[in-house]
Amino acid sequence: MHTLSVKEMSEKLRNKEITSVALTQHYLDRIDQYDGELNSYVTVTPELAMEMAKHADKMIAQGKGGLLTGIPVAHKDIFCTLDVKTTCGSKMLDNFIAPYDAKVVEASRKLGMPILGKTNMDEFAMGSSSESSYYGATKNPWDLNAVPGGSSGGSAAVIAAGLAPLATGSDTGGSIRQPASFCGITGIKPTYGAVSRYGMIAYASSFDQGGPMTRSAEESAWLLDVMAGFDERDSTSLEQPKQDYVSALGNDIKGLKVGVPAEYFEAGLDEGVESNIRAAIAELEKLGAEIVEVSLPNKELAVPAYYVLAPAEASSNLSRFDGVRYGYRCENPTDLNDLYTRSRSEGFGAEVKRRIMVGAYALSAGYYDAYYLKAQKLRRMVRDDFVKAFEQCDVIVGPVAPTPAFNIGEKSDDPVSMYLADLYTIPVNLAGMPAMSVPAGFSNGRPVGLHLVGPYHSEAKLLNVAHQYQQVTNWHQQMPESYQ
Amino acid sequence: MSLEKSEVDTISRLAAISVDATEVDQLTAKISNVLDLFQRMEAVDTTNVEPMSHPLDQVQRLREDVVTETDHHERYQKLAPAAEKGMYLVPQVID
Amino acid sequence: MTWEVVIGLEIHAQLTTKTKIFSGSSIAYGAEPNTQANLLDLGMPGQLPVLNKAVIPKAIKLGLAIGAEIGRRSVFDRKNYFYPDLPKGYQTSQFSFPIVDKGGVVEIEVEGEIKKIGVTRAHLEEDAGKSIHDAFPGQTGVDLNRAGTPLLEIVSEPDMRSAKEAVAYAKKMHELVQYLGICDGNMQEGSFRVDSNVSIHKPGTPFGTRAELKNINSFKFIEQAIELEIERQIEVLESGGKVVQETRLYDADKNETRSMREKEEANDYRYFPCPDLLPVVITEEDIEAVRSEMPEMPDAKRKRYVTDFGLSDYDAAFLTGSRAMAEYFEAVVAQTNEAKVSANWVMGELSKALNQKGMNIVDSPVSADMLAGLIERIQDNTISGKIAKQVFDAMWSGEGAADEIIEQKGLKQITDSSAIEALVDDVLANNKAQVEAYKGGQEKMFGFFVGQVMKASQGQANPAQVNQVLKEKLK
Repeated sequence: MHTLSVKEMSEKLRNKEITSVALTQHYLDRIDQYDGELNSYVTVTPELAMEMAKHADKMIAQGKGGLLTGIPVAHKDIFCTLDVKTTCGSKMLDNFIAPYDAKVVEASRKLGMPILGKTNMDEFAMGSSSESSYYGATKNPWDLNAVPGGSSGGSAAVIAAGLAPLATGSDTGGSIRQPASFCGITGIKPTYGAVSRYGMIAYASSFDQGGPMTRSAEESAWLLDVMAGFDERDSTSLEQPKQDYVSALGNDIKGLKVGVPAEYFEAGLDEGVESNIRAAIAELEKLGAEIVEVSLPNKELAVPAYYVLAPAEASSNLSRFDGVRYGYRCENPTDLNDLYTRSRSEGFGAEVKRRIMVGAYALSAGYYDAYYLKAQKLRRMVRDDFVKAFEQCDVIVGPVAPTPAFNIGEKSDDPVSMYLADLYTIPVNLAGMPAMSVPAGFSNGRPVGLHLVGPYHSEAKLLNVAHQYQQVTNWHQQMPESYQ
Repeated sequence: MSLEKSEVDTISRLAAISVDATEVDQLTAKISNVLDLFQRMEAVDTTNVEPMSHPLDQVQRLREDVVTETDHHERYQKLAPAAEKGMYLVPQVID
Repeated sequence: MTWEVVIGLEIHAQLTTKTKIFSGSSIAYGAEPNTQANLLDLGMPGQLPVLNKAVIPKAIKLGLAIGAEIGRRSVFDRKNYFYPDLPKGYQTSQFSFPIVDKGGVVEIEVEGEIKKIGVTRAHLEEDAGKSIHDAFPGQTGVDLNRAGTPLLEIVSEPDMRSAKEAVAYAKKMHELVQYLGICDGNMQEGSFRVDSNVSIHKPGTPFGTRAELKNINSFKFIEQAIELEIERQIEVLESGGKVVQETRLYDADKNETRSMREKEEANDYRYFPCPDLLPVVITEEDIEAVRSEMPEMPDAKRKRYVTDFGLSDYDAAFLTGSRAMAEYFEAVVAQTNEAKVSANWVMGELSKALNQKGMNIVDSPVSADMLAGLIERIQDNTISGKIAKQVFDAMWSGEGAADEIIEQKGLKQITDSSAIEALVDDVLANNKAQVEAYKGGQEKMFGFFVGQVMKASQGQANPAQVNQVLKEKLK
């Protein structure tokens, strides 16, 4: 059943050929069988999933619900899930049973999508490999020596290995797109504000966006339809009419102007990645697109700007974890200061501590103007680059990452080169624009993703381009042999 | 660009995070590496550029002044490491 | 060796909204601990703030009342520090772009002298919770009901030069926020909190290091505490020491100030714009809408009472003591057209009754309408002033309006001349000895006869007529 597309599953559910109970059980069995070695789930929720599956079957019998009713989903452990352990990959929240649902979870629950469990991630979404999780690294289903990417590595792995048909992720500097690229699956980070952040544990609030991680663009469109929408509980939620991500999928892309930035194909780009991306661009041309050269001159500034702004926001967002009202508390605190310092120092991992301290430093007296304020100006420049480029083209394409997945343990000692690996994805988060990763081939046996970036509110167009590309290629349908 | 140990101490205090002696040097070196990235920002001319806090030009939406919340403190305090008589407990603060 | 004192005040006024500034929790005073603290107020992960629309016009009102610029695009910033009553580890406030900007001025009067005190700015922020230090041995209890309550922090220029000036300013601001209806001014409950920053220096030298006095909830104690602090600082500096920048509390029992806590280094709050909130944009229309609803300010009212109503400064001050009283008084005058009489009744009988019951004028069982009705009956001679007091007491007890009571108790004044003549004749006939005495020169007897007539008529004879008839008959 796990080799069916979600569309096929949905049809069979509505035709009563299969039940949600059977489908959900199938995935729970696969999780039992394979996740021991992959470590992609922090928490599996079999009772909840089955209860929801039964309910979904009733909904379907009554003709209620929608296309995704009865289709199981895995949620990244960054989304608060009512009465379910929600850890954000951290010891700090190892004992945290969320008292409410994030908007994203609430929407999927309302539709009757059984929750299989919560997927593994870099601690507090800080990382690009899922190695910093308190619960240990997740492995890349394509090569167990490789990382699945991060921070949504768990969700990417479950889709790649068929341990869930749909998954949710979050993207602050590339955390949906890069793991999607490393695991050969599809993922989209929507326009900032399109998906409500209510209940999504905050890392860097002006960058964070939740989004779908699926095998195909069509499935991402369906899931985005459920996840997105105005939410009055989030001040940054876009007040706009309900967007239609689905009906334009089938449009052809003749005359589409595809921008290729000259800066993207510089030294440092893996050969295999480069050839796959160029081949993908050629496919788009075959489909009728027109290739246009564009420029993003301030691309280099995005990384330092991001590594000031995101940790600064994070240092403040994570101050609430103090051992007082919930979460980890150290044993026998001697005084208040000891309570705070030990709870936080014992509860947070090394990378989180590092980023909190960098962030606090960037905001501290004497440095605010040189670092924080400066970075905010660079942010505007990076955004303006995109706006200008989109005057010449409809979408911008390139690699998602300069290399395919690296080995577990290979990059974790060198934070700066890990940061540089985010070079393609980060500028998009600074700008707040939507972007996708679409499977586009392999390099030395490890997947490579094509990056598609669009102007604000162009998710439907991006999904359309990806879908058309997926009609003439089958990278997205491939699955590692051991999990078929 | 390197970070003085005293600066690391100050930030630790502000962030309520302690780094033990074995970690300090490593941490200091790693933070300094990141700060080298920051140096790249200095050279860029941003004289006429306005800082940008949020990517889209949104303004704050307003909420009606109506009570919507009810009391759930018993449920919420199940999550607390230490709570009694409805209050959260911390080691005594001397004012 | 004359020292110059420099005082600046930071006033935190809790706004009279129904809910918190960023969440829909109630801000009603006195609830059981943590029963008015929702997920956002508790700083739960993933929770987000949404701004309460009601705080904006309240802030604008203050700005307009003091003549300050209104910030057209104000921003919420995070003030980062750790404390148990601060659940998110930061307080959402406004640092760089406050909603009320520069230019505000408040006039105070101290010992006959008028002085203008500048207001630097006023900004919106959320209140912290409460720490309870004595309920649990060795531990502090945290109640987050108050966390998130909307505050307007009003910052004065360091323009005050004495404790008296500081208190005059604080009282003025206290009156102002209540008049505007933006804060209930209840200092016992903590809805109006005054922090005083006090320093001293020699004229011609830069300002000295200041100490902050916090948590003092009466004007009397604020004045005492500031005086003590000035003395303390003088002593420190004159003995060659240095004033430490610190927070001090006032102990009313011991009448001394003491240092609050060991403040090693000053806290670095690392202010930056809150990414969960967007800039608050205020238009000309928004400001005009508030301006059109502005009530008359107490100073203007007092001037008007003196010039238009001919009341004394004292009466004007009394009647404008609260906006509620002023509006009550004005409603009475609107009906009776007799300012002085109305003033006397409000300041006299009504205030006496209110004070006896510890009541606020808004809860008065005798409404402005009812009091006006009573005064009209005096004006048209239906009853005498003395009887009116009886009627007032009956109204206060809930026996109805003036006319009802007068009717029911038969309290109408006797004004019929023949009836009065008859009464007078009667009294004079029954008191021949006293008449002789009066005619013999004892003029005090006149009062006796008046008293007898009033007694015979149950106080209802019109005194003026009684006097007139008696004079005639005793000629």
